[in-house]
Amino acid sequence: MNPFSSGTRLRDMIRAIRACKTAAEERAVVRKECAAIRAAINENDQDYRHRNLAKLMFIHMLGYPTHFGQMECLKLIASAGFPEKRIGYLGLMLLLDERQEVLMLVTNSLKQDLNHTNQYIVGLALCALGNICSAEMARDLAPEVERLLQFRDPNIRKKAALCSVRIIKKVPDLAENFINPAASLLKEKHHGVLITGVQLCTDLCKVSPEALEYLRKKCTDGLVKTLKDVVNSSYAPEYDIAGITDPFLHIRLLKLLRILGQGDADASDSMNDILAQVATKTESNKIAGNAILYECVQTIMSIEDNGGLRVLAINILGRFLSNRDNNIRYVALNMLMKAITVDTQAVQRHRATILECVKDSDASIRKRALELVYLLVNESNVKPLTKELIEYLEVSDQEFREDLTAKICSIVAKFSTEKIWYIDQMLKVLSEAGNFVKDEVWHALIVVISNAPDLHGYTVRSLYRAFQASAEQESLVRVVVWCIGEYGDMLVNNAGMLDIEDPITVTEADAVDIIEMAMKRHTSDITTKAMALIALLKLSSRFPSCSERIRDVTIQHEGNLVLELQQRSIEFNSIIAKHQNIRSTLVERMPVLDEATFIGRKSNSMAGTASIPNGASFNLPNGVAKPSGAPLVDLLDLSSDDAPAPSPAGSDFLQDLLGVDLSPASQQSGVNQAPNSGTNVLLDLLSIGTPSLQSSSSIPVTTDILLSSQNNKTPVAPLDELSSLSLSARATSIAGAAPMMDLLDEMKDNGPVYPSIIAFESSSLRVTFNFSKPPENSQTTLIQATFTNLSPNAYTDFVFQAAVPKFLQLHLDPASSNSLPASGNGSISQNLRITNSHQGKKSLVMRIRIAYKVNGKDALEEGQINNFPRGL
Amino acid sequence: MGIRFILMVNKQGQTRLAQYYEYLTIEERRALEGEIVRKCLARNEQQCSFVEHRNYKIVYRRYASLFFLVGVDNDENELAILEFIHLLVETMDRHFGNVCELDIMFHLEKAHFMLEEMVMNGSIVETSKSNILTPIQLMDKTS
Repeated sequence: MNPFSSGTRLRDMIRAIRACKTAAEERAVVRKECAAIRAAINENDQDYRHRNLAKLMFIHMLGYPTHFGQMECLKLIASAGFPEKRIGYLGLMLLLDERQEVLMLVTNSLKQDLNHTNQYIVGLALCALGNICSAEMARDLAPEVERLLQFRDPNIRKKAALCSVRIIKKVPDLAENFINPAASLLKEKHHGVLITGVQLCTDLCKVSPEALEYLRKKCTDGLVKTLKDVVNSSYAPEYDIAGITDPFLHIRLLKLLRILGQGDADASDSMNDILAQVATKTESNKIAGNAILYECVQTIMSIEDNGGLRVLAINILGRFLSNRDNNIRYVALNMLMKAITVDTQAVQRHRATILECVKDSDASIRKRALELVYLLVNESNVKPLTKELIEYLEVSDQEFREDLTAKICSIVAKFSTEKIWYIDQMLKVLSEAGNFVKDEVWHALIVVISNAPDLHGYTVRSLYRAFQASAEQESLVRVVVWCIGEYGDMLVNNAGMLDIEDPITVTEADAVDIIEMAMKRHTSDITTKAMALIALLKLSSRFPSCSERIRDVTIQHEGNLVLELQQRSIEFNSIIAKHQNIRSTLVERMPVLDEATFIGRKSNSMAGTASIPNGASFNLPNGVAKPSGAPLVDLLDLSSDDAPAPSPAGSDFLQDLLGVDLSPASQQSGVNQAPNSGTNVLLDLLSIGTPSLQSSSSIPVTTDILLSSQNNKTPVAPLDELSSLSLSARATSIAGAAPMMDLLDEMKDNGPVYPSIIAFESSSLRVTFNFSKPPENSQTTLIQATFTNLSPNAYTDFVFQAAVPKFLQLHLDPASSNSLPASGNGSISQNLRITNSHQGKKSLVMRIRIAYKVNGKDALEEGQINNFPRGL
Repeated sequence: MGIRFILMVNKQGQTRLAQYYEYLTIEERRALEGEIVRKCLARNEQQCSFVEHRNYKIVYRRYASLFFLVGVDNDENELAILEFIHLLVETMDRHFGNVCELDIMFHLEKAHFMLEEMVMNGSIVETSKSNILTPIQLMDKTS
């Protein structure tokens, strides 16, 4: 009985599923069916096995799990009848995959069926094997498949050929066994055998250099002849498509010729004539013909140079490009991308057309064209191309803007020769699509602006105009805010006017207006608002007449719900109110940002994560320290909202630039969890107050913060300068430092300070712990362990391990290094985080174990630490 | 391997046939099919028949209410695949007589058998319609 012609239940199930109006209904039907099938499987129902499997395949297609039917496939394959086997093999291919253990069980059935007397059963087995064969099955069954390559019926030979493709891909070692039989397939006349034989040879060339060499020597001429025969063959109704005999075979042959010709002048030479014939004679008014031309062009471009053919190929692409059919234009663009490495000039000739394609209404074509334009840009055409692209940016639709913006920014950054052009282009992009611009792009812009002192005035005035035209673009607003904060005076007094500029009149109040607007925009995020607050602080000093007004604005934000903004406004406000005498020094213009460092960092990325240990005894009066990982850390913290691999380095830099904290660094490297990682710009600024007590020791301390913030060992000048600058300012204004103390003393109360302990000391090693508490979680203690070598021998492979009782939770960050120089000439530091669930009741306790190598010999030290300070 | 998967989808976006030549979990398939269908069905007729998605290129063609979507490698000849879809449809036409969505739904296994004769492990096996259909018809007769 055939379950498909007479059985009603498969049809019924499909009808029931079709009738379902909602996904829930469908799930219910499927669940019911699956239950019935499971029951049938359990009863080992023979009669309906194939029907059940057919149902399962339908259910599988709908996307429901069907693993319980896998064994049924095997049973059907093992049965004797052809219809059972057929559905069994189909089930095997659809429901199973090569990773499943079940598959091993089928190897034997496959072997039997490959040797079956009925050639249709052999065909089924070959097909299944070709689709799902694993490496092990390939080894077991390769001899059978090899034999079947010479089977009398061509329908078996063609399947055996594709089966061999799978086998040599799974086990490339077997390739050499297939070289000879594959080469003999190329002499066949049957199209199915030819097309699969060519495919097998193509894959052989990919996995085995010997096969490539052999086929190149022995078969190139034969293949050229075969292609010639196919091209010139008379009308063959069975294979004819739009007047061309078997275009698929054409294409496979051209592909194989491409591989044989690549890198071999002789082989390339022998195929020149036929390629020329295909390129000139193929009809190009139907898809089939164009498909062949397309393949032929690819082959011409890949094989060894023949000037005449290349011209022919480029002309075909030119014709494609001007075709009205979008499919043809798409493949032309695709092909031009490949041709560009071979013949840039020829592709450049089509620049105008390609640029038109960037503006096409079809997303696929736009994407291809944009990538192509990106490759076409060079020093000589960058200006007109950028102009075109930016003009198009203005009218492009939203979903394309992200791609387009990224490409424009990349082009501008890569090819800009003069700063003013760069700044102009970036301003245009920011005004049009600032919301799509990546953070590192506007960071880079700020660095460039900072490095172009003669353009400061020009830039800030252009930004002022740009802001008035398009205040919706977040990253534009940020750059505007930063620049007005820095160079606001040049905006008002028209300093550094260039000839090309139209003079504008901006009052001090206008400039403050802009910042206030940025502050009030409801779309502004915290970063922008925080930048605006800093800009206001800077302006309060630059524009004394607006000082009162600025104070009012900052006072408004003292009640801000966002801690960061609240804190900044309170701090800034007290600077404005109480510290007039140091304010102007505090808000000095930023020193020029070091372009080289920025670029270097960008390329270095996060290569070195080892940080220099922070000054061990350094404890900032840390009421404002924020734990790393707080959602809203700082001014320019980018890694909290997006942390793409390439950008963190750049963002670090900007954090330095604005003197902001390093918590992103600690998030990434897990090394800087000491509380001083919460230092922010204000603390840096304010730290000038504290040192008056701590004496000059704070200079290295500040530098330390900087160093750890960078995550690599090259000190960055800007903030260094800034801090030393402000420190020198302190010397001249000790009077101003005193009142500042109150503020800082207040802060100090929030962060209890615990004494450091020597946790472990032996004749060879000393371990000290420094403690701190993140303010938001009193149960957690951050410990910075410092290891010092007391012996005259260096230690390597240094590993510190620790264990704690159950009421404690311990988290160990990676150590700064695993080698410890001799005689205390350096140290390793490692951060630990302990959470005490019985805080106040039980104190901390820890067992430690330290393993290392001295002169190649293993050493081990163990100990228990009981002397933790109370209350941790 | 050129062809990674072949999908037949109706214009409501329901899958009617799915054949993968590489392993994906059920969840991955569902997600992939959903994404592709959303992308391709939203395009109009003037737009080209190729869509880049993840690391695939989707070549698709619409026949009445049925979409044929073929996912291929990036270096596959898109135009040839387009022509291949047509060959597939003609072959099914010859067997079913003007094939429609219901034919494929109710004869899913037969559609798969035809596909098996045309594509194996992501490569084209046979391009002659009668060669493809002979074993199918033979099997129908015997069973």
